[in-house]
Formats: sequence, C-alpha cells, structure tokens
Amino acid sequence: MEKILQVKDLELSFNTFAGEVKAIRGVNFDLYKGETLAIVGESGSGKSVTTKSIMRLLPENSAEFKNGEILFGGRDLTKLSDKEMQKIRGKEIAMIFQDPMTSLNPTMPIGRQLTEPLLKHQKISKAEAKKVAIDLLRLVGMPKPELRMKQYPHQFSGGQRQRIVIAISLACNPQILIADEPTTALDVTIQAQILELMKDLQKKIDTSIIFITHDLGVVANVADRVAVMYGGKIVEIGTVDEIFYNPQHPYTWGLLSSMPSLDAADEKLYAIPGTPPDLLAPPKGDAFALRSEYAMQIDMEQNPPFFKVSDSHYAATWLLHPDAPRVEPPATVIERMKKFPGSRYYEGSRV
Amino acid sequence: MARYIGKRLIYMFITLALIATFTFFLMKILPGSPVASADKLSPEQRAVVEARYGLDKPLPVQYFDYMFGLAQGDLGISINQFKGANVTDVIQSRMGPSAQIGFQGMLLGTFLGVLLGMIAALRQNTWVDYSSTLVAIVGISIPSFVFASMLQYFFALKLEWFPVALWKDGFMSSVLPSIALAMFPLATAARFIRTEMIEVLGSDYITLARAKGASGSEIAFKHAFRNALIPLITVLGPMAVGILTGSLVVEQIFAIPGIGEQFVKSIMVNDFSIIMGTTIFFSVFLIVVILIVDILYGIIDPRIRLSGGKS
Ligand SMILES: Nc1ncnc2c1ncn2[C@@H]1O[C@H](COP(=O)(O)OP(=O)(O)OP(=O)(O)O)[C@@H](O)[C@H]1O
Ligand SMILES: [Mg+2]
Repeated sequence: MEKILQVKDLELSFNTFAGEVKAIRGVNFDLYKGETLAIVGESGSGKSVTTKSIMRLLPENSAEFKNGEILFGGRDLTKLSDKEMQKIRGKEIAMIFQDPMTSLNPTMPIGRQLTEPLLKHQKISKAEAKKVAIDLLRLVGMPKPELRMKQYPHQFSGGQRQRIVIAISLACNPQILIADEPTTALDVTIQAQILELMKDLQKKIDTSIIFITHDLGVVANVADRVAVMYGGKIVEIGTVDEIFYNPQHPYTWGLLSSMPSLDAADEKLYAIPGTPPDLLAPPKGDAFALRSEYAMQIDMEQNPPFFKVSDSHYAATWLLHPDAPRVEPPATVIERMKKFPGSRYYEGSRV
Repeated sequence: MARYIGKRLIYMFITLALIATFTFFLMKILPGSPVASADKLSPEQRAVVEARYGLDKPLPVQYFDYMFGLAQGDLGISINQFKGANVTDVIQSRMGPSAQIGFQGMLLGTFLGVLLGMIAALRQNTWVDYSSTLVAIVGISIPSFVFASMLQYFFALKLEWFPVALWKDGFMSSVLPSIALAMFPLATAARFIRTEMIEVLGSDYITLARAKGASGSEIAFKHAFRNALIPLITVLGPMAVGILTGSLVVEQIFAIPGIGEQFVKSIMVNDFSIIMGTTIFFSVFLIVVILIVDILYGIIDPRIRLSGGKS
C-alpha cells in the first residue's frame, strides 16, 4: 500500500512559564492511501498536538519541533515556511474540529466560508466556486443548499454545522482529512449520521482519514487501523482487529477493559488507576509503568522500543521482550483474545 | 423592529422627564440665585426681576410651568448669561462648533484606537503591544485639561502651527481641540479592540480558517476584524459621554463658542434656564446615541439581526 504520510521520531515541546512541556515524545506512524487511522488515548496524551503539528496549527511562539520529520509528498512539513504550509492546508490536508458550534465564523455567511478554500486553492471564478459549494452542501446532505448559502451559522443545528465543516474540509478533495473528535459534541443519533456520512464520503473521494476519538465504539465502526497514544507516545499500533482482539500493551488492556460492552451490562466499569504522566518531567522508562500492575524493573529505567507482533502490529512494552516473564492479561481481554486467530489464547474457529 | 423602537422612545421620554425633574429640584435646593449674583440690586429691583422670570411663584408652580413649557419644546429664557435670549436659540447657535470638534474627535479617536488595538493584538506581548497599551493608559489617565493645555502650549504657542484659542480659522482652529477630545475614545477603543481581537484570534473558527489555508492577513481582516469590531458599538455610548464631558473643559481652554463652554459659564453665573436647558439637551443627545447604538448593533450583528426581529 502507498504511504502518503510518514511521521518519524516526532518530538515536540511547548515552552511555557512552568518549563518545557514535552507533549510529543517520539511518535512514529505511517498513513496509507485511502485508510482510516484512528488515534485513541486518554485526555492529554497528545492526540490533538500530534495532528495539529502535522497541520502546523500550533502556536508558533511556544511550540517547538525538537526532533523528527513529517514526510508528505516528498517534503518534510516541519521544515516548511508558513507560506508553503498555507498552500497545503485546506488543499491537501484538511481538518475538522470537535465543536461545530464554534468552528464556523459567526458573522460570515456559510456560502463564503465554503467558497473561501476553493477560491484560495483553485483557479476558479466566484460563480464556479459557488456552484461547487452548493454541490458540496448537497453532498453532505444539506437540504435546499442554494437557499442556505446566504445563511449564517446560528441558523443551523449542531449536526448541520458539522456537515458544513465537513463540506468545507472536502472542498479541495484533500488527500488527508484529520478529524479531531468530530462527533464528541453531538448527540448519539447525530453522531451516527455524521460517521456514516464520513465513511460514505471517504469511499467517494478516496481520502485518507486520521480520526481522533475517545470512543472505542466509534473506532470499531470507522477505522482500519488504530494507534494508541499514551503520554506523548504511540504505545501500540495495529489493525482494528489486532488492537481489539490481540492487544499487547498493558495500557491498551486498560483501555479495552474500561470500554462498556453491550453484552455485559451488569459488569462494573473498569477505570485505569492513577493519573497521566507529568509532561514537564516525563518518567524515564515506560510512562505507563507507574500505573501498571504488570510493570517490571526495566520499565522504570528504560524506554521500551517497538516490538513487532505482526507485520502490521507493533507494541512498545517490555513484556514482549523474549526474556520477559509471561503475564496474564485481564480476564476481559483474554475473552477477546480467544476470538483472534494468532493470539496465544485462540480457541480455534468458532462459527 | 418598529414596536421595539416605539417602546424605546416611550422609555426615552420617561427618562428625560425624570432627569428634568431631578435637575430642577437639585438646582432649587442649591444655594445661590441667578439674581443674587447680578449687579447690586435694591430689594425692590430684585423683586421686579424675579417676578419677570417667575422666580417669585411657589416652587410647585414653577416646576409645572417649566415642565409644561418643556413638553412644548420651550426651554425658557436665559436669565443673566444671554440676558433674555431664548435658551433653544442659544443652544442652536452653539451646536455647530461643539458638533464639529466632537465628531472629529470621535472619528479620529475611534479610527486610531481601532488601529492601535488591532496592531497590539496581532503583535501580542511585543514592544508594539506594550507601547500601545501605554498610549491607552496615558490616554485614559491624563485629564483632558492637562492634555489640551499641553497641545496648546506646544503646537499653538511654541510651534505656531495652529491658532492658540481662536475660533476663526475654520478647520485649523478645530484641529487641536479635536485631538484633545480624541484621546478618550482612542484609549477606550484601543483597549477594547485589543481584548476582543485576542479573544477572537483564539477562537475555534479562526483555527478552522487557518486550517483552510488562509494567510495571516486574511485571518486578521477577513475573519477576525469584523468579529472584534462589532462589539465596539457597545462602547460608543460611553465614548460619547467621554467626548461630552471632555468638551466642557476643552472648549473652555480653546475658547470655542460651543455648548460646553456655555454650560460651564452658565454654572458660574447660576443661569438656571441655561443650566436646565443644556442638561436636558445633553441627556437627549446621550439617550439618542444609546438608542442608535442598540439599533445599529441589531443591524450589524447577524445573530441579533434575525433573532431580534421577532421579539
Ligand atoms: N499550547 C499549549 N501549551 C502548552 N501545553 C500544551 C499546549 N497544547 C497542548 N499542551 C499539552 O500537551 C499535552 C497534549 O495535549 P493534547 O491536546 O494533544 O491532548 P489530547 O490527547 O488531544 O487530549 P484530549 O483528548 O483531551 O483532546 C497536554 O498535556 C497539554 O497540556
Ligand atoms: Mg484533543
């Protein structure tokens, strides 16, 4: 498969009054053409910062690339000038944000907000841009798009606004669409509609999507692959099935155990104990060690490298080292692993 | 909309009646009489004068006479400042110069203030920002008489670029007083726009605009400026008050034959009718400004424009 984006050894810090916040501490991943990569992880793990650094939307005066590169179309995005980035933003890489209520300019008719990227990035006339914008609105399922072009954001519901934001992001057929919790602020039925819309559109325009979410249910629904982030790092990455049914990192185990399942309504929900690491002074070894009941001595001292589980599945935990003792994952996780061919708990094919 | 304006107009008249009543009795309670301060009059002469202006009648009668006249647009007759002249005529004849310097000051101050506030916000926490904040603080804290006197001293007396205190050279005479008046709206607008602009620049829709590929200047002018400017309308009222109070002093210093100068003099000589008339004129002016501001806000802000139309 064709890689369209490669993030290599990315390290990024914020220089604040309190000191250097090491928000991204060595992130590696590739994005393939046409796929949806979900990034999950608890609040503050660096999901938004990672994607915003790809778009270079972080505050210039405090955010600083420390190491690594972001390769896109043969260029390293961390090295581009703002002028060059402007030509990429909205054209080749587009972004959708969490809160549709505040994502649109309140005093600009939505028609102008839609035509803006078109006029900016493509050599077309205003009239043509208007036509394209109306088509886009129709594409995202907005009824009577001609009439709505002149309306202002407050005249639309939250779900409709997110549709508009999606229409804006797709205006120039971007190669990559970054969606930072695009459905978190919406109610459940609207959430489902927006997700369906995104899946639909992805098929139509063949864009790659990076989808940030807290909701593992959403991940199972939309993603091809999943990256699990913790404390400014990706700790495990693999296909959806690999992450859901053959997880290797204790943090992923924790995440999956805290996911409510429909068939176990009476089960008590698991919560990962402890708090996320302090990024002003990140721990030396595995950042999750202090919260993990599986932590070993080496976790406190050395940062685990990525161990290969399969060609598509990697996890950064010392538990995968050949010399590590065999540990039992939590019971709920073992239940999952029983269903996955290739996991060590696989119980054979079930019909 | 028409109903809304109608309601506002009724409130406006009630407010005015209350202000008139309050000022009337306040004036009567305060010691001193327009007649007493006049030349040495014998008691008999004094009684004659008082009778001419109805000052000998009982207080309630005087009050109702005045309010009745006011309802018909009659502000009475000047007692000693412009002996016998109609107060309405006096105000009318003096409105021109005041309006000119007030309008020029407001325009200049708002324009420069917006500019300064914008630059400060776009160059946040740099020396540009700090110096603009300094200008704003200085503009608000230096009393206008100090600033006006300084302008007069340097640019009129020393450099002789402008007339010192002479309302004869048309526009040239109005330059220094307008600048003096501009300081308050300038400082107010600069502080206001800076705060608004910084808030707007941090909002989600600006991030989205950046994510669309908009350049720095497109962000500032196409997206942020309008959103930061609209709320400025809300401080137009206080800015008008600032211009008005400033004009009392500034007109005095530059000897401008305007309403402010006349108002100050009328207080010194205790000319009851002029004081009352000018107070009411100022009140009408401010109330109308506030009404216009509210209507304007509804017209300019699309969020209010549409939802406000129904209520
Ligand atoms: N502008 C900034 N200045 C300083 N620190 C920042 C800044 N932006 C983010 N951070 C820090 O970087 C870390 C990662 O933040 P990020 O927003 O990427 O988290 P997230 O994974 O997106 O969380 P959430 O799920 O809550 O959105 C956090 O510790 C945060 O405090
Ligand atoms: Mg986030």
